[in-house]
Amino acid sequence: MIATFRTHLPDAAATEAAGRALARGLAGGMLVTLSGELGAGKTTLARGVLRGLGWEGPVKSPSYTLLEHYPLSSLYLYHFDFYRFADPQEWETVGAAEAFTPRSVGLVEWPERVAGFLPPADLEVHLLPATGGDGRTLELAATTTAGERCVSEIRKALAAP
Amino acid sequence: MRVLGIETSCDETGVAVYDSAAGLLAHRLHSQIDLHARYGGVVPELASRDHVRRLVPLIEEVAGESGTPLTRLDGIAYTEGPGLAGALLVGASVANALGMALGKPVVGIHHLEGHLLSPLLADPRPDFPFVALLVSGGHSQIHEVEGVGRYRLIGDTLDDAAGEAFDKTATLLGLPYPGGPALAALAVSGRAGVVTLPRPMIDSGDLMMSFSGLKTAVRTLVRKRQAAGTLDARAKADIAAEFQCAVVDVLIAKAVAALDETGASRLVVAGGVGANRDLRERLHAEASRRGARVHFPDLAFCTDNGAMIALAGAMRLEHAKEGDGAFTVRPRWDLASLGAA
Repeated sequence: MIATFRTHLPDAAATEAAGRALARGLAGGMLVTLSGELGAGKTTLARGVLRGLGWEGPVKSPSYTLLEHYPLSSLYLYHFDFYRFADPQEWETVGAAEAFTPRSVGLVEWPERVAGFLPPADLEVHLLPATGGDGRTLELAATTTAGERCVSEIRKALAAP
Repeated sequence: MRVLGIETSCDETGVAVYDSAAGLLAHRLHSQIDLHARYGGVVPELASRDHVRRLVPLIEEVAGESGTPLTRLDGIAYTEGPGLAGALLVGASVANALGMALGKPVVGIHHLEGHLLSPLLADPRPDFPFVALLVSGGHSQIHEVEGVGRYRLIGDTLDDAAGEAFDKTATLLGLPYPGGPALAALAVSGRAGVVTLPRPMIDSGDLMMSFSGLKTAVRTLVRKRQAAGTLDARAKADIAAEFQCAVVDVLIAKAVAALDETGASRLVVAGGVGANRDLRERLHAEASRRGARVHFPDLAFCTDNGAMIALAGAMRLEHAKEGDGAFTVRPRWDLASLGAA
């Protein structure tokens, strides 16, 4: 573990802002996992990431399609959602591995459901219900220097006035 | 023109025979709900395998029931996309193999075109143009439909589909899969307004929708009630009723705004959420108050089915050119890229 960070996000706006800041640290070849229960704010954070990368259109839930693909000017972003997977073996069936290239960024919701198949993540993002109150707790764990860049961008953005 | 329709885009195997002159002659549906229930959702690989098992016997049943020897068919239609790749390939392979063996034309149909045209299975059928509200587990869209192949997307969700919000909210309330109908059933005994949920984007001034935040709001409510020890059956029913009311409020507001924007006087509702009784009753009331007509497909044709694919196939084959036997599936396919028939 290279860097960890934990903070409180009071509302959806703060969650989206954290996503935008995270986007500033992204580069091709990175994998970011996004964990949290239904309604934890994963979609909002993913929308922030895409807004941060300059995507202005809708950010649809990939639960039904498994994958939404965003060709951005700087890189390709693959937004996966393995919510409906029951068996991690399905990873092979859908050929998800093909999406992970040096030019692409993978943003993966429900990574737990493809455990053992997903390559190691640069950054693990967890969204948890805030203890005793509204909002949510954001937990970040970077395992590479690339992931660490995202953590420091978020840390910097939240420290700013 | 008599066409066999095959639908295998997700977890329903649908087969039907439609005749341009005589209408729908036979249809069969095999649902995989039991198969997927223990996983709380559709499992792509299981879905493909089940289609393989079901498809040929269903075709034999439908051919027999409609009095249509396969050689009597004028063509075969299958769902080319969007959907699960493996599931789509089962339908595409069977349809094209049959077409080749019988020497009949084969046409790939866009799944959403099937849903948009499904109200034409009803008698009397609505005339073009109309506004279509397409609400299912995978989609929440509003289209202006001027004719076969002439669709304009005028409203869409920014995140979750309405049906997805129903299913996931049901999971939050601990209801069994498939969650949408279970949540609607629970809502009957609940009281909307006892708790308050937002109506996302109801005043956005456009036809866009968003249902992801509603799920988060339900989750917050559930957690607070759990912490206070007051999440009993009655509280769950009240949450379900308020949730359903919120979604229906938004769908009605957007449908009405779409009628205003297009000047259309006919609204058709398609997709699985179209089976929701509360949505049906309130849309009928709202439409008749405004002098508009609302058409719903029969309940059997709200969810995925083969009849809509056979119908769309017949309409397209009437104008089609000869194919070359090559075929494909398109797991992701933009409806706007279709040409008119």
